[in-house]
Amino acid sequence: MLNSSDILETIKMIQEENLDIRTITMGISLIDCIDSDINKACDKVYDKICRKAEKLVSTGEDIEKEYGIPIINKRISVTPIAIVSAAAKGSPVLFAKALQKAAETTGVNFIGGYSALVQKGFSAGDKELIDSIPEALAVTSNVCSSVNIGSTKAGINMDAVRLMGSIIKQSAEKTADNYCFGAAKLVVFCNAPEDNPFMAGAFHGVGEYDCEINVGVSGPGVVRAAVAKHPDANISEIADVIKKTAFKITRMGQLVGTQASKRLGVPFGIVDLSLAPTPAIGDSVAHILEEIGLESCGTHGTTAALALLNDAVKKGGVMASSHVGGLSGAFIPVSEDAGMINAVENGSLSLEKLEAMTAVCSVGLDMIVVPGDTDVDTIAAIIADEAAIGMVNSKTTAVRIIPAVGKKVGETLEFGGLFGSGPVMPVNKFSSSKFINRGGRIPAPLQSLKN
Amino acid sequence: MRAVLTVVGKDTVGILAKVSSICAEYNANVMDVTQTVMQDLFAMTMLIDINKLKIGFSEFSDKLKNAGSDMGLQIHVMHEDIFNSMHRI
Repeated sequence: MLNSSDILETIKMIQEENLDIRTITMGISLIDCIDSDINKACDKVYDKICRKAEKLVSTGEDIEKEYGIPIINKRISVTPIAIVSAAAKGSPVLFAKALQKAAETTGVNFIGGYSALVQKGFSAGDKELIDSIPEALAVTSNVCSSVNIGSTKAGINMDAVRLMGSIIKQSAEKTADNYCFGAAKLVVFCNAPEDNPFMAGAFHGVGEYDCEINVGVSGPGVVRAAVAKHPDANISEIADVIKKTAFKITRMGQLVGTQASKRLGVPFGIVDLSLAPTPAIGDSVAHILEEIGLESCGTHGTTAALALLNDAVKKGGVMASSHVGGLSGAFIPVSEDAGMINAVENGSLSLEKLEAMTAVCSVGLDMIVVPGDTDVDTIAAIIADEAAIGMVNSKTTAVRIIPAVGKKVGETLEFGGLFGSGPVMPVNKFSSSKFINRGGRIPAPLQSLKN
Repeated sequence: MRAVLTVVGKDTVGILAKVSSICAEYNANVMDVTQTVMQDLFAMTMLIDINKLKIGFSEFSDKLKNAGSDMGLQIHVMHEDIFNSMHRI
């Protein structure tokens, strides 16, 4: 029989330390839904999603009950819609509405993939789709959008960067009466992963299966509690503690993923080894860093502690799962993490420090609220900086920034639920306009002579 | 299918009797039991065979949970595999 202390440890992780499976995401290819008649194409999209994901939510709930592990979100990611909409004449927003309808029919929390991949240039359909993002996000509530504007192999498409600065602002303005939520459903990527189960950046890459299950685990609270048990350990020992904990967390993701894949009869894609925080007390990545020994997240030493945490999570998780992918690493969203919110409010965490932190961890500038009057070129320049970090370091970086319409530094934008609340952070007041308006492309970086 | 049943809470008379009578009522076969009492805290883990359960698993789980809260105890029933996968390589 199993050891009782192991059993009680697992139960404690779930009951007291907020261990959960953050998401089961079904990736669905819509390549076979392409049609030159936009209404036909939208019907095919709706039908295929509903057919494939019919049992996704109920299967997730069954697994949840049987294994006693909460599965917070059931989601769907689809082929970037720009690829599907390119052949059809008409507004791509119709596809967003079809996705919304499919989300409602299947009962999923979010559906991601209102996306375009323009790391080198715009192909047919890309420009139209990007221009329609603000409207699409305003008229739907569960559809998420992402745009990949750079990669290590292609460089950075600065025309797209400039465009996205304006699209983000418009998305916030169009949803100003709904906490500027449009901008919270829009991610700008460099090196976007094609099998990411996490929103808002999930889409289903063209090299993936027709339909697959990807799982995103979570558990910052468990890692923090494990570190807290070793107040006098040195850093090598702390790294080992985190690795062992990440292993256990990921095993649970692997189990849930294989079960979901078996029951739904679709292939199992990947486990995304991420520490995804929530605003719940004790479920914060910032608090892990503070437990390691920082007075407040954002102070000197934060980047080093985060690098250690991120690496240890991956090392522990990789052995626990047969296939690892997605974003895999610690997330540092501001509004979704009680410790991060606190660090911004007490003045220890700035936008500049967050940018440095993104060089050593997963994702990037995530759920950051800036003043509503922030210039579009400044938003574009923030995207360019973040994309450059991803491009040069061969990693995924992203920007999910929310210009809070009508709000100034010192105020707070409340989203509620898993999205939390975000203090408005100051941006640099000097202009980047000339740089941004030059357009063109930043050439792909050298992969040798690295210093 | 085998499940792990855990009971944690303040020690009182009749916990084992109460839990095992619920198992018997719904035809869950108790295969192994370990229990410890540390100071006042009672912790019991039970391995049960639920292949011939008379009611659905989630209903069974709810019945135990409710019986537990009546006695001031936390009772959880979870599939055995979750512990195997987490604690065994």
